[in-house]
Amino acid sequence: MADHALHHDHPHGLAHQFEDMPQQKESAVIGMWSFLITEILFFGGFFATYLIYRSYYPEAFFEGSSHLDIPMGAFNTIVLIVSSLTMAMAVHKSHEGNKRGILVYLTLTGILGLTFLVVKYFEYSAKIEYGLVPGLAWHPHGENSPQLALFYSLYFGMTGMHALHMIIGIGLLIWVFVKAAQGTYTAEYNAPVEIFGLYWHFVDIVWIFLFPLLYLLGTQGGGH
Amino acid sequence: MADDHHGPTVRIYLAVFASLMFLTALTVWVAFQDLGMFNDVVALGIACTKATIVILFFMHVKYASRLTWLLAGAGILFLLILFAFAMADYVSRGWLGMPASHYLQ
Repeated sequence: MADHALHHDHPHGLAHQFEDMPQQKESAVIGMWSFLITEILFFGGFFATYLIYRSYYPEAFFEGSSHLDIPMGAFNTIVLIVSSLTMAMAVHKSHEGNKRGILVYLTLTGILGLTFLVVKYFEYSAKIEYGLVPGLAWHPHGENSPQLALFYSLYFGMTGMHALHMIIGIGLLIWVFVKAAQGTYTAEYNAPVEIFGLYWHFVDIVWIFLFPLLYLLGTQGGGH
Repeated sequence: MADDHHGPTVRIYLAVFASLMFLTALTVWVAFQDLGMFNDVVALGIACTKATIVILFFMHVKYASRLTWLLAGAGILFLLILFAFAMADYVSRGWLGMPASHYLQ
């Protein structure tokens, strides 16, 4: 153990409290998963609220869902899945210590993340235009207007929080990109790329559930 | 050594990607079929399958330590507890045919 304290024996990127690189990486991965548990339960609160109110007001939820743009939602689902592939490839390249590979795949991931946000911007703009934003621009005056507002509050709350996670993700991506460009990551030291990947895939998973629950719900017209 | 890392190969990543794309197309197609109450079941089943694939392969949990499995599993377990207990309350409220305030007096 004392040998590790010797300067020439100290691997690049290994913090002094760890025995070796695998142990350090394991700690980083476990730390990220601990954070992701809090994230799962954070979004879980939204999903539980959605489930409860949907079981209370199925008709209003079907109607609200039918006003969402399925092609845009499906396009964004594909964009995020492709971005998960490019992110996985960036992590793969980091295991090889391939700096150029990391930079190329991180760039692609970032572009796809921005694409998602641009599509989301157009979707939000359309909702504002049609007066489907509870509290800001709300036009429905039918009998079920309050229940409809509940659906749209959840829509904006859930997709808004998801979009915020995307924005934070792109910020983190830029940081990992800069570090990678500086040559920080090697075949031995690449935990930051790996755990950023975990975060990115988690945000993808949230959308995997948001898309059917919010967008595809309205296709059956509430006939049952 | 990079070779010591037991992660998925590029071929596996591409297969995972293809299955995720297929399941996305499938969930959109199924949404337009009238399956009655089973539309929800199928949509959620597909979403859970996609999430599981992402967690196992893209997030490397299949190749990770037991402790990582424990953490990922704990997150999902507590999520299910959250859903089950909340729904058990809200769904069963009308079962006895009287307002809850009756019990509070």
